[in-house]
Amino acid sequence: MSELIKKTAAELVDLMAKGEISSVEITQAHIDQINKVGDAVHSFLFTSPESALATAKEVDRRRSAGESLPTLAGIPIAVKDNLTTTDAPTTAGSKILEGWLAPYDATVVTKLRNELMPILGKTNLDEFAMGSSTEFSAYGPSKNPWDLTRIPGGSGGGSSSVVSSFQSPLAIGSDTGGSIRFPGAVTGTVGTKPTYGAVSRYGLIALASSLDQIGPVARNVLDAAYLQDVIAGHDPKDSTSLTQSLGSMVEAAKRGSLKGKKFGLIKQLSGAGFQQGVQNRFAEALKIITDAGAEIVEVDCPSFDYAIDAYYLILPAEASSNLAKFDSVRFGMRVMPEGNPTIEKVMAATREVGFGPEVKRRIILGTYALSAGSFDKFYGAAQKVRTLIQRDFDNAFAKADILISPTAPTTAFKFGEKVADPLAMYLNDIATIPANLAGIPGMSVPIGLADEDNLPVGIQFLAPNFQDAKLYEVGAALEGILEGIWGKRMIDFAPNLEVK
Amino acid sequence: MAKANLMDYEKALELFEVVIGLEVHIELNTKTKMFCGCRNDFGDEPNTNVCPVCIGLPGSLPVVNKKAVESSISIGLALGCKIEANGGFSRKNYFYPDLAKNYQTSQFKDPIAYDGALEVEVPSGNKFTVQIERAHMEEDAGKLTHIGGATGRIQGAEYSLVDYNRAGVPLVEIVTRPIIGAGNEAPELAAAYVRLIREIAKALNVSEARMERGNVRCDANVSLRPKGQEKLGTRTETKNVNSLRSIERAVRYEIQRQAQILADGGSIIQETRHWHEDKGSTSSGRPKSDADDYRYFPEPDLVPVQPSNELIEKLRSELPENPADRRNRLAGEWGFAEMEFRDVVNAGLLDFIEEAVAEGAKPQAARKWYSGEIARIANAEDKDVSEMNITPKQVAELATLVESGKINDRIAREVLSAVLAGEGNPGEIVTSRNLEVVSDDGALIAAIDEALAKQPDVLEKIREGKVQAAGAVIGAVMQAMKGQADAARVRELVLERASRA
Amino acid sequence: MSELTPDLVRHLAGLARIDLTNDEVIRFTEQLSVIVDSVAKISNIIEADTPSTSHPIPLTNVFREDVVLPSLTQEQALSGAPDQAQGRFRVSAILDEE
Repeated sequence: MSELIKKTAAELVDLMAKGEISSVEITQAHIDQINKVGDAVHSFLFTSPESALATAKEVDRRRSAGESLPTLAGIPIAVKDNLTTTDAPTTAGSKILEGWLAPYDATVVTKLRNELMPILGKTNLDEFAMGSSTEFSAYGPSKNPWDLTRIPGGSGGGSSSVVSSFQSPLAIGSDTGGSIRFPGAVTGTVGTKPTYGAVSRYGLIALASSLDQIGPVARNVLDAAYLQDVIAGHDPKDSTSLTQSLGSMVEAAKRGSLKGKKFGLIKQLSGAGFQQGVQNRFAEALKIITDAGAEIVEVDCPSFDYAIDAYYLILPAEASSNLAKFDSVRFGMRVMPEGNPTIEKVMAATREVGFGPEVKRRIILGTYALSAGSFDKFYGAAQKVRTLIQRDFDNAFAKADILISPTAPTTAFKFGEKVADPLAMYLNDIATIPANLAGIPGMSVPIGLADEDNLPVGIQFLAPNFQDAKLYEVGAALEGILEGIWGKRMIDFAPNLEVK
Repeated sequence: MAKANLMDYEKALELFEVVIGLEVHIELNTKTKMFCGCRNDFGDEPNTNVCPVCIGLPGSLPVVNKKAVESSISIGLALGCKIEANGGFSRKNYFYPDLAKNYQTSQFKDPIAYDGALEVEVPSGNKFTVQIERAHMEEDAGKLTHIGGATGRIQGAEYSLVDYNRAGVPLVEIVTRPIIGAGNEAPELAAAYVRLIREIAKALNVSEARMERGNVRCDANVSLRPKGQEKLGTRTETKNVNSLRSIERAVRYEIQRQAQILADGGSIIQETRHWHEDKGSTSSGRPKSDADDYRYFPEPDLVPVQPSNELIEKLRSELPENPADRRNRLAGEWGFAEMEFRDVVNAGLLDFIEEAVAEGAKPQAARKWYSGEIARIANAEDKDVSEMNITPKQVAELATLVESGKINDRIAREVLSAVLAGEGNPGEIVTSRNLEVVSDDGALIAAIDEALAKQPDVLEKIREGKVQAAGAVIGAVMQAMKGQADAARVRELVLERASRA
Repeated sequence: MSELTPDLVRHLAGLARIDLTNDEVIRFTEQLSVIVDSVAKISNIIEADTPSTSHPIPLTNVFREDVVLPSLTQEQALSGAPDQAQGRFRVSAILDEE
């Protein structure tokens, strides 16, 4: 039974279709795994085994009745806790929303329910998705299953760890500056940030509205493709939602090909200055790509040197506005100071207690970036840098089909290593941020372990807007070659989780 | 609160030049709110026309109401504005309990309409061109009810209750450029301008435009500068002016208040003031501290609004006749004298009379009732005609009853009072109170003969040709008939009977 | 070196309605100064006429027909309210007692 949890979602779909196993068995196997390692890894903020099993039962019933089922019916999934669910609390990793039961489901959650996927629970994240390690979660960090003393990446460390510890085959994440891709890289899993607008943001607790995107988290490219196909699509409730279809990611992944493709190595993100082990694996991946019949050219994107700066003006600005609604009036925490406080004092006291330090810092910074007299220099200027970044991408994509870089400068660092230095923490996202600023899709695929610490390294693929399928095509191809070399999947290298 | 010193109005205008600026909000009558599909409705149970979007729940997203955009464009066109080809929405960030997201989705540097002008006529007949700087789209806030203070005021309240039914309702804010040179007619101009905006909104059918319901709201800015000075003085903004009368009174008050302060050597504080209709004065609101730093930035959840030329021209072709043309047409149709017509317009009775005529009243009769008795009563009760508890349809019914002879003028006035008191429609009241004029000559003749018999000397006089003497008998007969007789007919019959006997 | 002072941070915290402690004001001033100094260098690569990008994907004219959609019930709307009365959200007094 424990072997079930090691299977891919695609394999499980196949087994269910053949009648060899039931959704209840699959779901129960994962619930058992949650019970076994859940505390140690701390991926979940809330688990819903009963309702997951109920969905699984329903799937099995329909299957035996001969009814047709959606593609991923019966495959369990975990959902990042910044997506609203009516039957489980949504906290966004913050105390200010502790226990909050939303009266509506996020569109993506509705799609998962319509797909009849048992939802195992809500996964941990840095508070309001601000962070790259989950150390800023108000409920404690999640751990990296490869080494429990290290971070699983962030903000979506709950989703990446849930999948890399086999507590769920699939998870939903969100990516504003790398919050799906960075965790993917440091946990040896696959994560995609789709083209902005490909997946509805309705029900996603907004961090930076013009950067946020929801995406799939899985252990391999084909599984991620299945999930993206389920969650993508136009939503009339989201004005920024794309009306065009991006095609089938599954078909692209199954096609899987590198031959004849042109890859652009981004000069500013070539790995210079990155951890040596990261550079080594990246260089090997480049060789595999050229050996497979693809070409690599260098592309120069000078504005990328300013991407982090622009990002850390735009994000805090939009976040400071998005988080203003947390004011003790309509939902969430309320702190009543002594005496006869005015509502203003109640708001200020609540937000002081309810928000953690990183959130408060970014709100202050964002308020500053937007304030009278500072706007042109900060937020206004950052929006201009954004144009330059888009132009650099346009120029790069004129020369290459796909752009590449290491996903992150380092492997998973230890807890506490960067938490006291905000700027150091921000640098984790140096390679992932440009894609969010431009809206283009990006994917992280595992390419091996770093020599110095035996920890996972990821390669990042970037495609032009609307061409997410290209990511799946090359990602699946590279993954196939690597698995052939390794004789197993990346995740199979992970040490056995030592639990109580 | 100390009572302010007010300079004499005429004197203030001798010393200072008045500059006013008007911000008018029109509440659109779309079926749904600006950014969500909740019902845009008045008076429902609190927090029943709300959804995650308009109560600002985490994760919610706005979607623009197409009809609201079209209505806004129509308003802009009617104001003679240019329409923005590439605009969008911005967030205006500030904290207040009636603001669900603690930011208002509004427009900043790219209002949907800009650079327009309106010709406004004041009671004296003078015309002023008011420059419209912009008209932009935004959403309304929720409704706060303050509990525990005196008469529900915010001062001294223990706590407040919030109803978000109104939150998200579409608003169009129209801002004028500073209006200079109105002189002592500034108060009248302000009121006339707002009246014209209301007419436009109603003619476009984009709003019920009822000030007493908050469909049209006005903030009045007033500043003074010494004659000859070029630099504009410090202005105050007065809110809570809920009727055209209030606008006029508030502007006038601010002129007098500011003039006295300046003459005393003081300076005007730039602030928001609150108009008190009962006291006829303005008081200082909370000084705007951080409220001025709204940290506007483009709304990331909404994409640009780029109305096509086709749409704009289509809406332009659907514009109703402009108010000046409409007035000329009505003046011609109704055949009023020029002064009569102008009085009707100045008194704000144009719409009422037009509606009453549509319901069957003769124009002069409608005018007579509105300008006469109804206006008289309104004045006595210190109210605006629009606040009187009678509809144009009822006025038409009343006029028709008189016209047909069913009731006479005096009875009609009684019926009017009853309608205002809420007793029902004129016809119902006439029936239930048995007020119908006795048209049966037989009953009249009986009463006349009795009266003549009681006053033989009068009978003599009438026979002698002194018809004025009939008055005494007519009076007696009217009394006997409890007034329910047509006096003219009674007189006819009296003379007839007298000569016969 | 940085323009960010504790007083400015206090002012910003006031705008953002967060009741920071003194320690936080000092600490954030330090931490944010480093960040502000770093991000300020973006002025080096932009020009006055560089256009701004507010939206990553060039969508325009996304609208909704003026048709009523289901609302929440009053109960649902108030379900998260820390304090409510008479079907409405209850908040402390807006003005200070004078």
